[in-house]
Amino acid sequence: MELSVKLAPDILFFIGSFPVTNTFFWSLFISLFLIIFTLFVRARLKLIPGRLQNIVELLLESGYSFVKSIIGTEKKTQRVFPLVFTMFFLILVANLAAYIPGQSAITLARQEGPVSLFRAIMSDYSMVFVMTLITFLTTQIVAIMVHGPFRYLGKFINFKNPLQFFLGLMDLIGELAKVISLSFRLFGNIFAGEVLGAVMLFLAPFFIPLPFMFLGLITAMVQAFVFAVLTLVFITMASEIEEDELTESASI
Amino acid sequence: MEAETFKALAAGISMGFGAIGPAIGEGFVAAKAMEAIGRNPEAADKITPLMFVTMAICESTGIYALVVALIILFG
Repeated sequence: MELSVKLAPDILFFIGSFPVTNTFFWSLFISLFLIIFTLFVRARLKLIPGRLQNIVELLLESGYSFVKSIIGTEKKTQRVFPLVFTMFFLILVANLAAYIPGQSAITLARQEGPVSLFRAIMSDYSMVFVMTLITFLTTQIVAIMVHGPFRYLGKFINFKNPLQFFLGLMDLIGELAKVISLSFRLFGNIFAGEVLGAVMLFLAPFFIPLPFMFLGLITAMVQAFVFAVLTLVFITMASEIEEDELTESASI
Repeated sequence: MEAETFKALAAGISMGFGAIGPAIGEGFVAAKAMEAIGRNPEAADKITPLMFVTMAICESTGIYALVVALIILFG
């Protein structure tokens, strides 16, 4: 037996020239599951909720009040809650689905060896990167809408004095570093969980991997929460008007 | 020595040094959060999620080291 860990996901088959990888294949399944689940709950909405509707309502309400406690106003919450909660729920389901027993044993036979049909979605960097880009673009759009394009640009590039110019450049770098830090955090945690599980199974097949699996379960939930909350915090920071800006506009 | 040996060494050193900073940082965060909960136990519900978020932010440099180590080993 040999320990096989790969950074890139395996390619299952091609549609035309488009490679279908095992993470992509599974992300389709997860999306389909979430859509069907949503439609199912939506079709059975009642005034007196059943058990399933109770659980969903509890999740949504506690999520909503948490988002409101961070972002502040009701109006902003209504706008930002769908994005943040969708991200949280997608990452949570995708991470937890990697712990369904037996799914990694389903493989396709290939010449170069068996290829696993399923793989944890967030251990594919392209998926995480696209989600981070959604966060990044939303933050920029919100900031431009709140501050106006020229004032927002002036935050980064200004020639008032050398210190301000330098600080503006640092802000620009900090803004770009958000993409890297946010995406690598989720990707690194999930991929490291996979590798740790594989290494532990390789070293000691019985019972020893269990605590590490448990650690992986906690990571799966905490990272979903952290990604969503950081998205929320970035949007909140972008949507707030700073005090010196307020006094500036008041004096004009 | 071969390239493989240096790869293993580089990955080990990168992960080992990269783990120092986040470990100290997370320790500080957890200690302060526990202190705050001890002073005001009613605020535990508010402090715990914030603690997780700040811990995850502290962790990011460790995760960079981990990603670099993994790329060296398997990339």
